[in-house]
Amino acid sequence: MSLFLEDYHPGDVIDLGTHHFTADAIKAFAALYDPQTFHLDEAAARSSVFGALSASGWHTAAVWMKLMVANELKLTQAIVARGDTPGRLGPSPGFSEMRFLKPVHAGDTIAYTTSVRTTEPWPGRPKWGLLVSDNAGVNQRGEAVFTFIGRVLVERRTPLA
Amino acid sequence: MLTFASFPPGRTGTLPPKTVTRDEVLAFAREFDPQPMHLDEAAAARSLLGGIAASGWHTCAMLMRMICDGFLTDTASMGSPGLEEVRWMKPVMPGDVLTATYTVKEARLSKSRPDMGVVRIFYAMKRQDGETVMTWDCTHFVGVAS
Repeated sequence: MSLFLEDYHPGDVIDLGTHHFTADAIKAFAALYDPQTFHLDEAAARSSVFGALSASGWHTAAVWMKLMVANELKLTQAIVARGDTPGRLGPSPGFSEMRFLKPVHAGDTIAYTTSVRTTEPWPGRPKWGLLVSDNAGVNQRGEAVFTFIGRVLVERRTPLA
Repeated sequence: MLTFASFPPGRTGTLPPKTVTRDEVLAFAREFDPQPMHLDEAAAARSLLGGIAASGWHTCAMLMRMICDGFLTDTASMGSPGLEEVRWMKPVMPGDVLTATYTVKEARLSKSRPDMGVVRIFYAMKRQDGETVMTWDCTHFVGVAS
């Protein structure tokens, strides 16, 4: 995989690594962005529908991005190290079907993956195309906690005519 | 406290505005999305976005905070099963003043949990120039009783 659109093939699966969610990090994220009591306070969370302190879904999602960017950096560095030019990652027009399937509790370790769904032209941008991905987070018990379909612009090695 | 009955289809509202600061754009990007377009002025100027822009995930987090402050922390919230669609339409940049509106599209009782309602809400976030920067089609679980 060299980070140009042409290098992504449907079905390719990339392990993005794991992330451990601590109570402190869950509460810090929630205090800034999602101050609902079940994300902020252990006692309140115990009597909530979640049963224990749980990460904001946006925290779970932001960590996916964190691991995605770390993976891209690693690939880019490997390409540069062998003397090649890496393709660039562009912005994203959005995503769909984001599912929060199970709570992410303090102490959970989530393993994230991204897999290639399709690649598509992007109207008006012949040097770029759209990479559509299936993304997931799975906890240490093997339960899927989080899935979504991602979309991001990726540079083409060969621009469309 | 707001409950399921507080969110009939057609209910609309506005959320408290949010001014985006450069420091928080950089802080979020450093932790969760350290791409040059969110962190590096020179690289961002050459990017498709044309200048340092907030991570889309940060924009989501900012809207979540506006929803919490607007009504959700005063609601019998039981979490969310997810979002059908999120669109990032325009970049959000430091100095932007964001406002958002919401419209309840559907509200029904859960089949499996009679104490819970399922409320589908569309959100639209705008910049000070009137451009829509992001939309959400989001589902909330809301308690029937407070």
